[in-house]
This record gives sequence, structure tokens and C-alpha cells, in this order.
Amino acid sequence: MTTNLAAEINGVLAALILLSSFGLLVQRRMTGLLHIFAWQGFFLSLSTAVVGYTAGLHHLYISAVLTLTLKVFALPYILYVLIHKLKIHREVEEVVNIPTTMLIGIALVIFSYHLTAPIRELSTLVTRSTLAVALATVLLGLLMMITRKKAVTQIIGFLALENGLFFAATSATYGMPLVVELGVALDILIAAFIFGIFFFQIRTTFDSLDLKQLEKLKEEDF
Amino acid sequence: MSLLMLLGVSLVSALALAFVGDRKRAAEINILGSAATFAASVFLAVRVYQHGPIVAGNNFFFVDALNVYLAVVTAFVSMTTAVFSRRYMRHERENGRVGRAGMRFYHAMFQLFIFAMLLALLTNNVGVLWISMELATLSTVLLVSLYRTPSAVEAAWKYFILCGVGIAQALFGTVLLYFAAERVFGEGSAGLLWTNLSQSVGSLEPTVLTLAFVFFMVGYGTKVGLVPLHNWLPDAHSEGPTPISAVLSGLLLNVALYALLRCKVLVDGATGSHRAGHIMMAFGLVSILVSAFSLLRQKDIKRMFAYSSIEHMGIATFAFGLGGPVATFGGLLHMLVHSLTKSSIFFTAGHASQMHDTQEMSGIRGLIRGNPLAGWGLMLGCIAIAGMPPFGVFTSEFLILTALIKNAPLLTPVFLLGIGVAFAALFGKVMPMAFGPAPENQRRLKLSHFPVIAHMALVLVIGLYLPGFLSAWFHMAVELLK
Repeated sequence: MTTNLAAEINGVLAALILLSSFGLLVQRRMTGLLHIFAWQGFFLSLSTAVVGYTAGLHHLYISAVLTLTLKVFALPYILYVLIHKLKIHREVEEVVNIPTTMLIGIALVIFSYHLTAPIRELSTLVTRSTLAVALATVLLGLLMMITRKKAVTQIIGFLALENGLFFAATSATYGMPLVVELGVALDILIAAFIFGIFFFQIRTTFDSLDLKQLEKLKEEDF
Repeated sequence: MSLLMLLGVSLVSALALAFVGDRKRAAEINILGSAATFAASVFLAVRVYQHGPIVAGNNFFFVDALNVYLAVVTAFVSMTTAVFSRRYMRHERENGRVGRAGMRFYHAMFQLFIFAMLLALLTNNVGVLWISMELATLSTVLLVSLYRTPSAVEAAWKYFILCGVGIAQALFGTVLLYFAAERVFGEGSAGLLWTNLSQSVGSLEPTVLTLAFVFFMVGYGTKVGLVPLHNWLPDAHSEGPTPISAVLSGLLLNVALYALLRCKVLVDGATGSHRAGHIMMAFGLVSILVSAFSLLRQKDIKRMFAYSSIEHMGIATFAFGLGGPVATFGGLLHMLVHSLTKSSIFFTAGHASQMHDTQEMSGIRGLIRGNPLAGWGLMLGCIAIAGMPPFGVFTSEFLILTALIKNAPLLTPVFLLGIGVAFAALFGKVMPMAFGPAPENQRRLKLSHFPVIAHMALVLVIGLYLPGFLSAWFHMAVELLK
């Protein structure tokens, strides 16, 4: 595979990751969200493997496999089991003002390109142009967490944000050192268990997973 | 060797306590584990003091004057908190606020939290520093929701989401830092080692590091509790069990500030300017002002002192941002005395709310009549934290103020306004709680006074006379932060 071809494949994958981020932003169905999230993880893992192949870096294969197991199988599966146990898999979330959200999302992408411009000039890697997409994925995940009001969708937004971070690591630097990647993966796995416990705690205390009810702790007005 | 022991003991204790569960001796094992950790940290500190910095474990660990001092503080406060929590948690258990599973979870996670903080302090790898900061969050999230009340669950969820998102930004900062370092050190772990980074800081790309610092500031700043990233802090501190409030406020905030400091040194070194310092000053000053005015409107005792923590973290951040030997010395001293004083205040606040069955300040009255030691503990703690002599907080704030008047005189009135408002707010709220007749429903409890007395005595000693070894130590740390 020539470097040019690899860069092009990587560009396509980056576009797909960005597309799935927008998909997450507007998808209303729980199971639909899980599917898009799993696809995003798949593109991420594929892109890591492609970069690993062209750069001849074997430790990237390990992180590709890690992403594949964690982001494509383990986490969607855990979430799938959770939403079935909580009987919310058929739920449709009301997403207000999709056009505005999309416009803000596009503005965030442009902002990311602007912010990473000086770094693109410095980098010599084939993947350098995708760093903006990585930052955009992070910011879109953040936007999703702000606009959504259900515990499960907020968590998916959070995980999409982590996807963006992983993508940033492969596109800016050909991946972080292995010890760091393993540690981060472990942290995400622990976080997965914690939010699982949380869903049940919120459900038993509030009778629903709607976060609108979690607005009691505020500064009182005089 | 003492390094392995320092980290190993808390990890082993966490496993042991998960196994022991809600049996009779769990609290004692917790104390024993923390005491052993403290002993190991002192041993390590003496070695660093005599022989200088240590690099160990194939470059994985790095111990210098800056982090070993924080490790000693962490181990000490966690030990006294373990002593405090023995009676406190037993009482909560009898009251039915925590169940069997809750107690098992509490003890195991307490030790895991200590482990995570010590790892964050002692690691040489900036990536591992991030991982352990995240681990410290994760281990305390479910402790905040331990009581399972609606507000506790809400506070814990907020803590989980806000700190999770915040610290994700710090990971992006770490990626950028590694990107800059990779060009100097090449592929592999070498590019993330603090010992390497700090030595060749001049060859790191300044534009990338400036961008990285913005992400570090937002990321670790969320954990320090700086305004406007502070929203999780008052909730988590007021809804969690009191021993957890004490360690969150006294220790976790310090460790997060430590992480931020390490990044600041790199960025200012690489850019050759003082930009990172200026950003920190702005965040610090806004935190001081906002929290001081928020203090005025608090009704919940633990929530009020949580805001006071934001204020003091703001002061320390401001001091480090100001830079220069005097302000940095003041900042380091401030981290130490704040950590000791604030955890002691949380202990007495916990006593007060257990005696009155409420955290509402309007329900807590006549503390000194009811239990003189608890009452005076709260009163003296408040005097100390408000920055009155002869306590240590006065010394550190005075040093910071001196440096401020010399280097940035225009900011002095703003700084003083914040401190003054906080002082007035705290006194106005604490006086009625401490003095006056005791209400009928006040309960007589067996309290553990040792941790409060130990902390306050130390703060008093530091205020009256700074021991020679301590100031020499701080001077070593100041050199590192130049």
C-alpha cells in the first residue's frame, strides 16, 4: 500500500467517523444510537490498523484490536444489556431543534480545523489532516452531552468523546505508548461498570432515567 | 523499596478490605493500612531529603521534593481521616444510612482512592498521571452516592459526568504534549517521561504546547475546582460521607493542582513566556471572587466549606500563576496548610451534623455548650481557614500577598476583597453555630477528637514557626518550579 493510498483511505475513514458523530447527535432511538456508536468504533479500529500497517508500527495493531473489542463489542453489548434490563430499548428521546444542533455542530468542525491549523503544518505524518476531525469528534461528543437529557444518551456522548481522543492519539502521533493506551482502556472499562451501576441507582431513586429530574442541587435564590 | 511499599500497602489494603467487608475489624485494618502508608511516605521523604531525587522502576517512578511532600501530606491526612471515619461510619451504620455492602465498598474504595492519588503523584509518566487522576475520580464517584438519597445520586452523577468530560480534555492535552515530544525523543514512552521533558523543555514546539496547556487547564482545572468549572465540587462535597468530603477537599484538589503545575512548568519553559502563568492567575482570581460571594448565601455547612475550598484552591493557583520564589513558596505552603485545616474542619462539621441530625446551619446551634472540643474545633478551624494569625494559613496568604504587592500591585485590592468577603461570610455563619445555648434535640455522641487536635496543632506550629527542614524542603520544590 502506498502512502498516498493509505492517506486517502484514512481520510475516508475520518469522514465516516465524523459522519457517525453527526448521526449520534440527531438519532432519537436507543438501539439506533448503539448501532451508530458501534460503527464509529469500527471505523476507528480500522483506521488505527491502516495507520499501523503503513507506518509499520506493530503496537498499533494491539490498540486496533483493543478498540475493536472494547468499542465495537464490549461497550455496545454492556449498554444493550443495560437498556434491555431497564426496559428502555424502545424509548424515543425527544431531541429539540435538530437544525440548530446541526448548525452548531458544523461550526464546531470549522472551529476545530482552525484550531489545529498550526499543528497540521508542523506534522509530517500521513494522518496529520485528520487531527481536526478528531478534535471535532471530541467537541461533537460534548455537544451531544449538553443537548441530551437522558442518562444513557449522555453516556454514549461521553464514549463518543473518548473515541475522538483515541482518534486524536493515532492521527497526531501514531498512537500513545502502549502502557498509556492500556491504562486508558482500563479506565473506560471501569467507567462502564460505574455507569451501569448508576443507571440502576438513578432508576430506583427517581423512577426514570430522565435527567431533567436531577436538577435539585442548585444555589437557592434569595 | 519504600516506594513499592508506599504504593503496595494501599493497594493490598484495598483488596483485603474488599474481602473483609463489614466485619468488626475493617475500620482498624483501614487505619493500619493508612498508617503503614504514612510510615513508608516519611521514610521515602527522608531519603529524598538526604540524597536528592530518585528515579526508580525503569524510569516509571520519579520522586523529587515537590511530589514527595505532597505524598507525605496525602498519606498523613488519609491516616487521620481513617481514624476519624472509624467512629463516624460506625455511627452512620447504626443510624441505617449505610448498609453492609456500603461499608465494604466504602473501606475498599477509600484505600483505592489513596492508591490512585499516590500513583498520580509519584509516576514519572505524564500519561500514567492522567490515568491515575481518572482512577481517583472513578473510585470516589460511587462513594459520593453512598447514601442513595436523590440528592446524593444527583451529586455523584454530576461529579462523574463533569469530571469525566473535564479530564478527557486533559487527555487531549497529553496527546498534544506527546506530539510535541515525539519530534524530540522519537517513538515510545520516553516522550512522556517527566524527567526527559523537563530537561529538554526548550526544544519542544511552543505553539503546540500553548494549545496543549489550554486543554490541561480545562481538564485538570475541573478537578481542582476552579471557577467556572467548579459545578460538581459543592454537590459532591456536601452529599458524600464526611470522611470522603475531607479527603476530596484536602487531598484530591491538591493532586489535581500538582498535575496542573507540572504542565505549567513545561509550557512556560517551552514558550519562554509567562502565558501559562497568566492563565492560571486569571482562573485563580475569578475563583477567589466567585466563591467568596457564594459563601455568603450558603445554608448547608459542608456546602459552605466546599466553596471555601474553591476559594483556597483559587488562592494557590493564583500564587503559582504569579510565579517567583516568594509566591511559589507561599503557594506550596498554602496547599499544605489548607489541606490540614480544611480536612479538620470537615471532621468537626461531620461531628456537628451528626449531633444535630442535619447539615443545615440553621439547625446547628450551641456547639461549644454541647461538646466543647467539637465546638472549639470548628471555631478555631474557621479562624485558621479565614487567614487569621497565628495559624499557618495566615503565613502563606501573607507571603502570597507580599509577592502580589511587589509584582502586580493593581490586582491587590481584588485579591483582598475576595479574602475579606470570605472572612466575613465564614464568621457570620460559624459564630451562631459555635456559641449560644444548646438546642434540646442535640445529641451526645462519642466523637474522635484526635484527628482534629492533631491537624490544628500542626497548623498552629507552622503558623508560629516554620521548622527548618520544612522550609528547606519548600526551597527545593521552589527551585523545581522555576
